[in-house]
Amino acid sequence: MLDLSKYQSIGAALKDALTVFSAETCLIETDREREKERLTYKDFQNRAHPLARALQEAGFSAADCASIIMTNQSKWLISAYAIFFGGGVLVPLDYKLTPAEHWQLLKHSGAKVLVTEYPIWRQLNTAPERAAAENVKLVLVTEAPPNADLAGAQRWEEFHNSAGPVFVPRERKDIACIVYSSGTGGRPKGCMMTHENYLEQCVALTSLYPFWPGVRYLSILPTNHAIDFMVGFFGPFSCGACVVHLRTLRPEFVREAFPKYKITYVSLVPLVLKNLQRGLQARFDELPPGKRKVFNFLVAVNKALTKSKPRLGLSRKLLGQIHANFGGELRAIIVGGAFTEPQTLQFFYDLGIPVANGYGLTEAGTAITVNDLNPFRADTVGKPLPGMEVKIVDPAEDGVGEVYVRSKTIMAGYLNDPELTAEAFSNGWLKTGDLGRIDPTGHLILSGRKKNMIVTEEGKNIYPEDIEAVFESLLVKEFCVFAANYVWPKRSMVGEQLVLALHLENGQSYTDALRNDIIARNNRLLNYKRVHGVILLDEDFPRTASLKIKRNILAERLAQLDRTSAILPL
Amino acid sequence: MRTLDQTTQEVVDLASKHFNVPSGSLAPSDDFFKKLGIDSLQALELLSRLENHFGIELPDYEVQGVSDFRTLAERIQSRL
Repeated sequence: MLDLSKYQSIGAALKDALTVFSAETCLIETDREREKERLTYKDFQNRAHPLARALQEAGFSAADCASIIMTNQSKWLISAYAIFFGGGVLVPLDYKLTPAEHWQLLKHSGAKVLVTEYPIWRQLNTAPERAAAENVKLVLVTEAPPNADLAGAQRWEEFHNSAGPVFVPRERKDIACIVYSSGTGGRPKGCMMTHENYLEQCVALTSLYPFWPGVRYLSILPTNHAIDFMVGFFGPFSCGACVVHLRTLRPEFVREAFPKYKITYVSLVPLVLKNLQRGLQARFDELPPGKRKVFNFLVAVNKALTKSKPRLGLSRKLLGQIHANFGGELRAIIVGGAFTEPQTLQFFYDLGIPVANGYGLTEAGTAITVNDLNPFRADTVGKPLPGMEVKIVDPAEDGVGEVYVRSKTIMAGYLNDPELTAEAFSNGWLKTGDLGRIDPTGHLILSGRKKNMIVTEEGKNIYPEDIEAVFESLLVKEFCVFAANYVWPKRSMVGEQLVLALHLENGQSYTDALRNDIIARNNRLLNYKRVHGVILLDEDFPRTASLKIKRNILAERLAQLDRTSAILPL
Repeated sequence: MRTLDQTTQEVVDLASKHFNVPSGSLAPSDDFFKKLGIDSLQALELLSRLENHFGIELPDYEVQGVSDFRTLAERIQSRL
């Protein structure tokens, strides 16, 4: 691994990695059963440097922003490298957002360059919101068909210049990425992550979960996600490891990839992990009684022998068939993005497959805590990573309070929003808005949220104010969206739901027509953003002098209702 | 060559078979996430089944944001 303490920027570290590990394989890209590409670090350099030079020729310079909206593939990483090489700021956006949301964030970030895939560009180009994002001057589109109308964009594959690019150095305090933790449709939260944030996070994470040449990381989480950006790009590249990209995430092809590419690490969101668990459990349930008995015995033996620490070699021998399905070289499944239920974590650990569960926020880099597996604890999100300070503020009698964090991996602030930034910090500590306690062994145990938001099992952060636009002009007196667990605090991180609070006009009743209108509007939202039910409140919503709803006070009023009977399902 | 209505009906029929619900309970305009109570992974499994049935490959990006049977059928129809 490179000694990252010697580097000032991601770009400088990556530049050296391409030379140090030049003969190692850095990327494998497959589409279904077809391998499309296999690149060494030298090949990667040969692709990235002409792109970096062409960007420079087009006027892209230090601190300019460039956005990537792509599915996981080699061109994502090549483009990101070229942006960092030229001293640019990367704005990675979730390709699953709508075109309107993309343009809103492109405008907010001030991105001059956009790199995207043709199918995404087709939708972006026709969206009316494009006109507002005049800051985007250059659009590079990958994989466009030969006769495609590019609508002013240029082909990524043809955008290169063979003259050597000029490396533009950056300092640790400079912004490397603007990562949106939420804010689509509402108030954009563009986390300004510095080069130091990433360099420090990489050192901390790889001290527990190391990469080296020969390690193969299966990249499934979108690369714009903080976890995949770190463990599916910067982490493995700074260690000479290899990243495997799949162009389709159909479960059958994901399953095939493990044995085919002898995967070492993979990161998953809880939804996918639970799906894997269901699939395996169904197969165990189908075993004939005799085999089932033997299998259960082997699992029990493995469980007993790995109680204090994982013993991969032993587990692979005891439960060979299971491990063969995962390629036989899987060292850990990294799970993040949302809370994972302890029984799911325990299920895999008992099979000899450690799950590195942790806890993080975009604002805090990739991870704040990670399970160090010494011993494995399914009931916690692990201990603070090296360099992370975690404290519990205003703890109740049971020790539960708000989790505050301080470290070199914490963002510099929210882009163009000093007010929001000030709200997020207290004397240099990041206020996470999550509730938890630290047990006597130093493990953090999360138990709910203080903030008005939810995180889905797919790792999506949903802030209620971000989805209210879809209910604008609803024929009611007023409305407001809440996270149900914010209104009725619950010591739980799972099963979170959004609810729509309605105040009807005088004499108005909650008719089928109104309900159907709400359902139709709700259906315009992506499925994971939809509200679960409606709460009727027969009183004016409390408002500020500028007529904004005082959400916290309204939540207190709603909390006086009985949760079960108050929420009318849609 | 199938018509869009035929394709839509086949999509609905396959979904009802795949998720074990009465075929008459699903309509082309239904939101399949909600109506079937499925998550995005289960939707991907359905797509694999549809691909086998229609003999096509449907890239993930083509079904991005699609949540009703009719739109899904349209995406399939364009590749038949």
